[in-house]
Amino acid sequence: MTNLKTITIFFFFLIAMTSLPSIIHCRTLNDDKLIESTCRRTPNYNVCIQSLKANPASSGADVNGLAQIMVKVMTSKANDAINLIHQLQRSGSSSQKTALSSCASKYNAILIGDIPQAAEALQKGDPKFAEDGSNDAANEATFCENEFNGKSPLTKQNNAMHDVSVVTAAIVRNLL
Amino acid sequence: MAASDPNGPVYYKEWYHFFYQYNPNDAVWGDIVWGHTVSRDMIHWLHLPLAMVPDQWYDINGVWTGSATILSDGQLIMLYTGATNESVQVQNLAYPADPTDPLLVNWIKYDKNPVLVPPPGILPRDFRDPTTAMLTSEGKWRISIGSKINKTGIALIYDTEDFKNFELKKGVLRGVKGTGMWECVDFYPVSTMDDVGLDTSAYGDGVKHVVKVSLDDDRNDYYAIGDYDEKATKFLPDDVKNDVGIGLRYDYGNFYASKTFFDPSKKRRILWGWITEYDSECVDRTKGWASLQGIPRTVTFDRKTRSNLIQWPVEEVNSLRMSSSEFKNLKAKPGSVVPLHVGTATQVDIVAEFEIDKLALEKAVPETTDYVCRSGGGASRRGALGPFGLIVLADSGLSEFTPLYFYVTKGISGKLHTTFCSDQSRSSLATDVNKKVLGSVVPVFNGEKLSLRVLVDHSIVESFAQGGRTCVTSRVYPTRAIYGDAKLFLFNNATDTTVTASIQVWQMNSAFIRPYQPETD
Repeated sequence: MTNLKTITIFFFFLIAMTSLPSIIHCRTLNDDKLIESTCRRTPNYNVCIQSLKANPASSGADVNGLAQIMVKVMTSKANDAINLIHQLQRSGSSSQKTALSSCASKYNAILIGDIPQAAEALQKGDPKFAEDGSNDAANEATFCENEFNGKSPLTKQNNAMHDVSVVTAAIVRNLL
Repeated sequence: MAASDPNGPVYYKEWYHFFYQYNPNDAVWGDIVWGHTVSRDMIHWLHLPLAMVPDQWYDINGVWTGSATILSDGQLIMLYTGATNESVQVQNLAYPADPTDPLLVNWIKYDKNPVLVPPPGILPRDFRDPTTAMLTSEGKWRISIGSKINKTGIALIYDTEDFKNFELKKGVLRGVKGTGMWECVDFYPVSTMDDVGLDTSAYGDGVKHVVKVSLDDDRNDYYAIGDYDEKATKFLPDDVKNDVGIGLRYDYGNFYASKTFFDPSKKRRILWGWITEYDSECVDRTKGWASLQGIPRTVTFDRKTRSNLIQWPVEEVNSLRMSSSEFKNLKAKPGSVVPLHVGTATQVDIVAEFEIDKLALEKAVPETTDYVCRSGGGASRRGALGPFGLIVLADSGLSEFTPLYFYVTKGISGKLHTTFCSDQSRSSLATDVNKKVLGSVVPVFNGEKLSLRVLVDHSIVESFAQGGRTCVTSRVYPTRAIYGDAKLFLFNNATDTTVTASIQVWQMNSAFIRPYQPETD
């Protein structure tokens, strides 16, 4: 009799031990669900997931909040590009002078125009302007890359800018 | 600086007033205030001080779009959307500080704003752009505000007696699945019996109504014509297949957030529309400005087709015409480009008529699919009966050019099908501009010649096909076909027909636009 009771108790204990972790994880799973489902609706799931998960504010954020985090990521990518552009300009590569200068204007436009427009649009509630700003940022990065006719020293940064921007635009589309 | 939506257009004490969404600080959308400009004649415009700025909690995040209503006693009120300190969209009442000032320079906001907040079931950011009010048979003022429920765009209806207290009418004026948020709703009557415009409150025999929306989802303006039942507060489109948001557009190019108003002095309904940039933001910052307003158009019901509106540049534009050149019965053989010697062609008004060979029409083989501008391949893809038309903003070597063309096909039934397109694909050597081919079908009756009017102004091309049945606005940015190097051509790239064209071209003066000087004006 005692053996059966022990086995039964042990059995229930086993079940409890295996199911408890899932109960504890429920809350995080729901937040992850929104991030995952949102990212699945973008052209680059990996870029989306990496960008959002790197920011702790993303858990518990709604779609508008996720979009605003992506706009912050756009800022960081734009700054990466501008920093490298300035470095290259200082190191004085003369064959790329015009292209670098053109890229500097484009990234300036992203930082001073597109990104503030996107941030304000999301904050104030007219999201289509955030989609426009993100799409323009993606285009500016592409135009910059094209300036070098295949010999770009900024490919990594331009790709990053482009990819993060199209992901942002796709997330914003959910708000329209 | 950047502008966008037209706001509160109105005719008051013999002045045309035009307000607009404006960012005084940057060439992008943001920091939105109401700009204000006035004219007695639609040609001489005075820039006035900003009419309204975000200075109350209920509009601190933006003084957004709104409309003017003139009450029965001549009093003018303005209803507009404010984005509150918590970014909730509410409707606010404002009125002129001095109603005896015909220039309406200063405005007062009602001290108990907002007068309307999002009703239950409507999200706080889906409630904006109140319309001009119309007087109901009960003597109440009725407005519409666009919104959405999930992905169904809707127009809500409110009645009011004082513009301070509103009653939400049950149901919606109209709702269409899948269209998304309805911005800048416009709701107005048109006469089915003649070409006069109607006061916004007109109702009864010989009157149909138009519901127009700006779709947030695709940045285009759509309209539907139908019947409005005042008692039931319902609008039923004449053609449900072309319901609001899924059918006809005012313009098949660049044209958004448009709004009409009734001009009692000339008994016409005038349409203003926002024309955004088709280039990159970087360039906009360099030039320091972004966005235009299209040439104002009159709007009437097409009494021939009875299924669409007709838009036409206001007649005042004709007063900017200067010297003209006329070409009668020019024959353009298949595959030809004919230069039209008019001097510089950057600021011109063109009126043209085209005819195809009757024999070619009879011999034409029916096609199974209809021609579509977007995917038709532009002006270089030849067909039996098209493309043919004009080439604007072209340099003499045709390294940059913008064709505006008709493309005619015969359907299986033998009926002719005509499309009008504005081809931006070769408009510029620049790589960061829009290169789409825009346009749509245009209704043409037997016996009608194909007609086209075009207003060209440096980087904007406004085309009106078949008397304004189909309109296409393009923004193009040539780098060579500019100023003295911009030329004009007639072209015919059809394979099986000669095209006979009669064309008149006027050099256009610039409108007179300057800041208001209180001491001297």
